[in-house]
Amino acid sequence: MAPPDTATAAKTIELPGGSGDEREELISGSEAIAHACRLADVDVITAYPIRPYDTVMQYVSQMISNGDFDCEFIVAESEHSQFEIVKHASAVGARVFCGSSGVGWFYAFEALAVTAGLRIPMVAMVGNRALDDPGAFGVEHNDALAVRDLGWMLAWVATAQEALDTALIAYRVAEDPRIFLPCAISCDGAFLTHSQAIVKVPSKEMVDSFLPPYDRGEKQLHPDNPITIAPQVNEDWLMEMRQQNDKAMRRAREVIIEAYDDFEAKFGRGGEPFIERYMMDDAEIVLVGMGTLALPVKVAVRKMRGQGKKVGFLRVRWFRPFPTIELQDALSGVQAVGVIDRDYGFGSPFHSGVLANELRSALYPVENPPKVVSFIAGLGGREVSIDNVVEIAGMTYDAANDSLDDQDTHWIGVRE
Amino acid sequence: MSTGSVEVVYRGIFQKTLAKNICRGIVFAARKEGKIGTAFGRYGDSPERNGIPAKQFAVVSDTEEELEEHLAKYEPVNNDVTIAADDALCKGIESWAWYGLQPINKLLGDGGTLLVTSIQSPNKLIKTIHRKGTPYNLAIVKAQASFSGLWAYKDDHTDVRLLGALAKVAPHIVSLDAMLEAIRDQWNDDLKVAAAKRAYEATESTPVGVDQGNDEVPFSFDLPGWTKMEEGLVIRGMDAKPQDVPGRDGGYVPTRNEVFKKFSTRTMRPVINFDTCTKCTLCWLNCPDTCFDITPDGFYDANMEACCGCGVCEAVCPVKDCVTMVNEEAFEDNDSQWEMWTKDKEGYLAWLTKNITERPARSHGYHHVGQYAEEIADGTA
Ligand code: SF4
Ligand code: SF4
Repeated sequence: MAPPDTATAAKTIELPGGSGDEREELISGSEAIAHACRLADVDVITAYPIRPYDTVMQYVSQMISNGDFDCEFIVAESEHSQFEIVKHASAVGARVFCGSSGVGWFYAFEALAVTAGLRIPMVAMVGNRALDDPGAFGVEHNDALAVRDLGWMLAWVATAQEALDTALIAYRVAEDPRIFLPCAISCDGAFLTHSQAIVKVPSKEMVDSFLPPYDRGEKQLHPDNPITIAPQVNEDWLMEMRQQNDKAMRRAREVIIEAYDDFEAKFGRGGEPFIERYMMDDAEIVLVGMGTLALPVKVAVRKMRGQGKKVGFLRVRWFRPFPTIELQDALSGVQAVGVIDRDYGFGSPFHSGVLANELRSALYPVENPPKVVSFIAGLGGREVSIDNVVEIAGMTYDAANDSLDDQDTHWIGVRE
Repeated sequence: MSTGSVEVVYRGIFQKTLAKNICRGIVFAARKEGKIGTAFGRYGDSPERNGIPAKQFAVVSDTEEELEEHLAKYEPVNNDVTIAADDALCKGIESWAWYGLQPINKLLGDGGTLLVTSIQSPNKLIKTIHRKGTPYNLAIVKAQASFSGLWAYKDDHTDVRLLGALAKVAPHIVSLDAMLEAIRDQWNDDLKVAAAKRAYEATESTPVGVDQGNDEVPFSFDLPGWTKMEEGLVIRGMDAKPQDVPGRDGGYVPTRNEVFKKFSTRTMRPVINFDTCTKCTLCWLNCPDTCFDITPDGFYDANMEACCGCGVCEAVCPVKDCVTMVNEEAFEDNDSQWEMWTKDKEGYLAWLTKNITERPARSHGYHHVGQYAEEIADGTA
């Protein structure tokens, strides 16, 4: 299928190892995800409007009506049905895409919770959004994080390019028969879903060389393959089933690494699979975060580096499977780590953010582990300013020097 | 130092309150003697569906520590008494909680007593019960199965009669005096106390030897480990190639699950008058469990391994008295009615007529004041 005509002037880029053309387009994170759906030739897409996820629907339906994309596009009557429909479509062998935001994601929770157990390789986009009421459209990560223990793979992306690339990688990993687990790609509401950037959109041929067709094999629900999926099991079977899920999630790590290697070979980009290391080499303190937070943090880090402060930034790209090994490797030897959570964990250990506590747990076996300070910032889409990041870095230094309690959690940019 | 445990097997929904009253009655009575106890349902049986066999237990101990030791396992497996609140359960029970048919005496300890409400003789009942590797006793409280609804409890004294009988067969768990005192406390009704006492006096036990009973070996099953189980909770379908009906052009014999039979759900079964059947197909079309086998001569034979006793076929049959639901306890096997009819039409008609005319009513509680006294007088209570 030919790439869609757009108003943006397209230009051909020479790529190392590339087997076809890529076109540059000025698109948002949501549009990048829609392109990934088109390029992956997704069979069934379900939709139910909620901001900011609904922008994906708009782009997908536009592509379909322009004749650039052919798929079953079903507008369901709720998020619950939306996720149920793709769950079943995937069981009969269709490549599927779905998504939601905030409370919409939560409304689908019954379906979300069982998708991993049924080994449905659904790829979903979460347009991260605060859980309202009170009404709030802005980004918080608690929506996507809610599935973190249920067998979903979870990636957080920082740019529209990364959104497109990660969606393609997500299909390859999720549909790998060694895995068969759903994968959600988290895109920060507004900052990513609604911001346009120059994105390299690969050709269908390039994507085909990377992404094999979905083959459910013996698990495909079909009259010629009579099977029952998920009967009543009770205590006699459930623990074995959960154990299988656990093993699949453990295997995901290697499959993700393989996919990034191949993506790098075919597209000439991709980077380190699980984390992004920014100015980490000689860092004394490191700031850690996910998603579009990278932008102000990188600017602030450069600014502080200019002042002689050895500050680095580590962006967590995959939250599930959690990059324990990479984080141990990157952060042991560092004096203190400041984790900026765009989420909250009320009543959790140290009242910290979710990422901070996961990181503390990952660093527990490390010899002389760094101090881990938890910061809560940018909730509900509030700006995390460069000054905020500088303040966070200063407090992380204080923790390194024992002048700040690292077992407390600090709310940044909140009015008293 | 001692612990006693009682298993109550009952029909889900129809007898839930009955089972609860029995188990609570045991614990209250034991309390009168200074013991401590607990009453609980086997969770795996939920959700209870119409007539699905379900279980509740009562455990009583001399001390709290002893009780805890007994409760720190999934369910009591060596019960002093197993109570079956419907004698049709003696044919074995299937539920959501295990695989295949479980013998009614499976969780009964050595030398324990199976206590059943029934109007059948012990010998007739023993024939339907799976053999147990060890001797046990069978005690019968003369009564029809007492069924009611989930929210309405029709009090026909089955609860206190079973409690009175329990004091007789297991005095080490609770004495008659304590039981009567507890019943008086709970119900404040002299008639219920009298009913319990009467059942105590009337209940006799029959010893059942290891070589008595149904010698069918119950289905057993090894649960696979996670490395053997198919991932994604996929269960392969059976090789379900419908077979042709022997000697007939058209129709097919459906494939049925060898293991999951469903018939223990049944408290009544349809009997069919093939002499009046018009072969209209309505029973075959409407049976929710696809129970009807097409016979070579074009009749519809309800397969009794598969029938759950819902009564739909009786309701849809357009011919008067052609399909009649009859109490399950009247039957000893699941044999084909059509085969019986084909072999001996007159004999079959006699068998059919007897079953239809002599079928006892199912008790759904007393319909009028004084019915209990009447039943005592006519010997049915
Ligand atoms: S009672 Fe009749 S309709 Fe119901 S399961 Fe049995 S054969 Fe089928
Ligand atoms: S519904 Fe009655 S008359 Fe019709 S085929 Fe069945 S048994 Fe015969």
